[in-house]
Amino acid sequence: MSELPPFVLYFIAAFLVPASRGMVRKIILLATPIVAALHIGLNVDAGILSTYSILNLELTFMRTDKLSLLFAYLFCLASFIATIFALQVNDTKQQVAGLVYAGSALGAVFAGDLITLFIFWELLAISSVVFIWARGTERAIHTGMRYLIFQVLSGVFLLAGALVHFHATGSLAFEHIGLGSVAGWLIFIAFGIKSAFPFLHGWLTDGYPEATATGTVFLSAFTTKVAVYALARGFAGEEILVYIGITMACFPIFYAVIENDLRKVLAYSLINQVGFMVTGIGIGTALALNGAVAHAFSDVIFKGLLFMTMGVVLHRVGHVNGSNLGGLYKSMPKTTALCIVGALSISAFPLFSGFVSKSMVMAALVQEDYSYLWLFMLFASAGVFHHAGIKIPYFAFFAHDSGLRPREAPINMLIAMGLAATLCIFIGAQPQYLYSLLPWEVDYWPYDATHVLTQLQLLFFSALAFVWLNKRGIYPPELRSTNLDAEWIYRKFLPASIHRGLIFFRTARESAMTAAIAPMRSICRSFSQSSMAKYHLSESWPTGSMVLWISIILVAYLLLDIFAYG
Amino acid sequence: MPDHLSLLLVVIPLIAAPVAAILPRGRLPWATALTVTSICFILAGMQLWAVVHDGVISYELGGWAPPWGIEYRIDAVNAFVALIVSGIAAITVPYALLSAEKEIPEHQIPHFYSAFLLCFTGLLGITQTGDIFNLFVFLEISSLSSYALISLGQKRQALTSAYQYLIMGTLGATFFLIGVGLIYSQTGTLNMMDLAERLPEVSGLNTVHTGFAFIMIGFALKLALFPLHLWLPNAYTYAPTVITVFLAATATKVALYVMLRVLFTVFPNGFISTIPTGDLFILSGMAGIIIASVYAIYQVDVKRLLAYSSVAQIGYMALGIGFASAMGVTATIIHLFNHALMKGALFMAVGAIIYRIGDCRMDNIQGLGRQMPWTFGAIVTGGLSLIGVPGTAGFISKWYLVLAALEQDAWILVAVILIGSLLAVIYMGRVIEALYFKPAAETNLAVKEAPILLLAPTWVLVFANIYFGLDTELTVGVAEHAAQVLGVAAK
Repeated sequence: MSELPPFVLYFIAAFLVPASRGMVRKIILLATPIVAALHIGLNVDAGILSTYSILNLELTFMRTDKLSLLFAYLFCLASFIATIFALQVNDTKQQVAGLVYAGSALGAVFAGDLITLFIFWELLAISSVVFIWARGTERAIHTGMRYLIFQVLSGVFLLAGALVHFHATGSLAFEHIGLGSVAGWLIFIAFGIKSAFPFLHGWLTDGYPEATATGTVFLSAFTTKVAVYALARGFAGEEILVYIGITMACFPIFYAVIENDLRKVLAYSLINQVGFMVTGIGIGTALALNGAVAHAFSDVIFKGLLFMTMGVVLHRVGHVNGSNLGGLYKSMPKTTALCIVGALSISAFPLFSGFVSKSMVMAALVQEDYSYLWLFMLFASAGVFHHAGIKIPYFAFFAHDSGLRPREAPINMLIAMGLAATLCIFIGAQPQYLYSLLPWEVDYWPYDATHVLTQLQLLFFSALAFVWLNKRGIYPPELRSTNLDAEWIYRKFLPASIHRGLIFFRTARESAMTAAIAPMRSICRSFSQSSMAKYHLSESWPTGSMVLWISIILVAYLLLDIFAYG
Repeated sequence: MPDHLSLLLVVIPLIAAPVAAILPRGRLPWATALTVTSICFILAGMQLWAVVHDGVISYELGGWAPPWGIEYRIDAVNAFVALIVSGIAAITVPYALLSAEKEIPEHQIPHFYSAFLLCFTGLLGITQTGDIFNLFVFLEISSLSSYALISLGQKRQALTSAYQYLIMGTLGATFFLIGVGLIYSQTGTLNMMDLAERLPEVSGLNTVHTGFAFIMIGFALKLALFPLHLWLPNAYTYAPTVITVFLAATATKVALYVMLRVLFTVFPNGFISTIPTGDLFILSGMAGIIIASVYAIYQVDVKRLLAYSSVAQIGYMALGIGFASAMGVTATIIHLFNHALMKGALFMAVGAIIYRIGDCRMDNIQGLGRQMPWTFGAIVTGGLSLIGVPGTAGFISKWYLVLAALEQDAWILVAVILIGSLLAVIYMGRVIEALYFKPAAETNLAVKEAPILLLAPTWVLVFANIYFGLDTELTVGVAEHAAQVLGVAAK
């Protein structure tokens, strides 16, 4: 029983859902994460290793240790909350995709070899794109296509890397890989695409804001976190990750501050949070790695909460443009309050979940003498507070009154958000439970005077800056605009250059045709019309000529045998 | 019964052949052939299983111990070839029901099945026997019956072709017999294993060398090794399609098996390096691949085109033997199997077209691909396999052949193999162009898809092409085992 991979439960449910309807379907949807979590909690212990032989391949579907178990619990939890949130959506496609998506994430964290990882890696890509396409708009279809291309490309890199790795080492086991080989780099790029490294992040800020109101909640929970898990297992302690992580934490802030679509703001903020995790993985000490995975845990919950509140706004209002919202707190007080809890968590206020996990990464930076990098991270933390902590709730629910009076969120959404908010506060106030789940032994406690005071200071001055800038009218206003990001390279620059290249190629080919190919064609044509082709090549041979050939060969052979070889 | 497995495989079709001849017209002869070939297929499967798991089977006919009595000696090589022969036969007979009714006069049908079973007996006998004279007897059984089968073709040219093949085949068989006689004169034995023991003492003698040359050239004729292939295009073109399918997929394969057996088992190991055979195989293989492929491009009859393509494919197998390395022989045996699959599928699909329009000339089949999508699909897939596209069986053969060539540092041969694939793209491209991209002739507008009885066996082979392109355990595994049994030294 303990060797039953939990993803199987999800995939079975994915088959049952289309076959059922009404209450039964809802019960299946809700029960799946619970059953899976119970199965993992009661039956599965660290240290299981079970392989299956399929088509000459030894696939390890279950390799458990504390790292994979932590992510498994997280994914069960996230899919449970997201399912409650999406319960009123009666779209079979999205429900099946949600189960396959969450199940693939579970499959990926328990995968013990690179081929199994690859299978789930691609399943994640294929199932997640449904949430974007389900929006049904022309724009969403194009975006979904671009998203899918990036995701599948990542899988291709992973498979190529896995094969090179197998060729070099003779093993497909998914353990620490490192950057010492070509295979390492290929796999690194694969993980990098999924965890939205700078310049490889376009799919995320492009795709997530286009997904359905409930879909983004699913999307934000799994893809990048599976990538973080994979990086933590394969590339812990690679120093380049520290710098990549810091870039990821810093650059999205500028975009987030000027962005008008509030879900896009959250998408940038997602990259920024993943930056903290990547940095932690790059440092590679026990404290930093614990910080990275703990931050992944709390990020899934508070980022999910924020995406849920924006999902409610999208659901009720129909758009999430900061410039056209405001004053919603009057009719949606509960959503407002829950959004503020999420905002406080992501900004790492003491007593909220962001604080207890992010501070571990920060502390590890100081411990490992990356002091000037620590300053960058401080900037990033302040930036988070700006764009996610203040901007999201302020522009959506307060700011100038837009006159919109949408109804409060539906009850199932409120429950989901309430659950997430409770967890945010619970983890923040009682971090020892989260800490006990962490994979590495560590003695760390976030609540000491210096730490709390520094963080509060940072946050208050940051808030002060926002208020001052806003009152003086310097803060970038919320405008309808298109902000150029790395995706410009493949959405505008590359198509234009390819187009120009093709035109050039076509002219070149035409001139080459006239110069070289045309004479060859005429030779071919005259040959196929010649009597040689017509009669010689397709005629039957007289029996005599065959006999002649036999004697020639026999004589030649015997002469050779006797004189040349003898 | 397991004890007599090897004998039953030959005796059952031999007894069934006259039975089929005296049965009344109708479908009874067909049913007999179907039963017999299916039973033989199962027996051959059991035999291969037994050989791979328990080792060589030695069966003494009538209890006379070898080398005095006739011995059937089965190892992985001939068990594998027997499986190919009986497998193809078992799949051809269901196809034959409609195809033969269409192409062969009704009163000939019982004789047709009788001759078919005799030919089948002969081919199985050649593979099973461990006695080189007994092999000649079976060779004559299979040859004589195949002359008769070819002459049953619809057109008058079938008679000329059969006559040509008869002359050539008889020459080949006579050469073989002369060779066997010369060797017998020096060793005094006809049992292959016994010959293998005695030949090393006398292998320096010119008589033995000459005998060897006669045997090789005799079978090169049966194999249609370039430039001794001249009988093959006519025979394949004018024979009834079922017979083309059967002979293309089995007869040349059996001839190739005899070559392997004589070269590596009967004659002492290393003998091939003291004689020009290896070089001649490579030379004629190269020439065959290129020249026959070019010939194929200019054919106007699809059956004839495929026949020339077969000559080119035989060239690939000859290359593998010419290397005289374990890898080369492995590649040859793999291709022997895979080529049976692809040519079987292609000739069957072409036969489906002939069933509908009575002909397969390029200008008559235009546009039919759109009206016969399943037939067209079979031709495309078979063509891809012939070209050697990854994911098809053809790729596996080409892959191992290229590996074997690389092992010898024979870059020219690698180039020849790849050029051969390119030429295959061209000639299969012509067929596909005619079938799909040309407008259909008005007389053909009413042509419908072929009946399921023709399509089902075709698609079994098409799927086999894909399956053995993905799962190579049977083909590569058995071929490697067979190369090991033949005792070819790795280079």
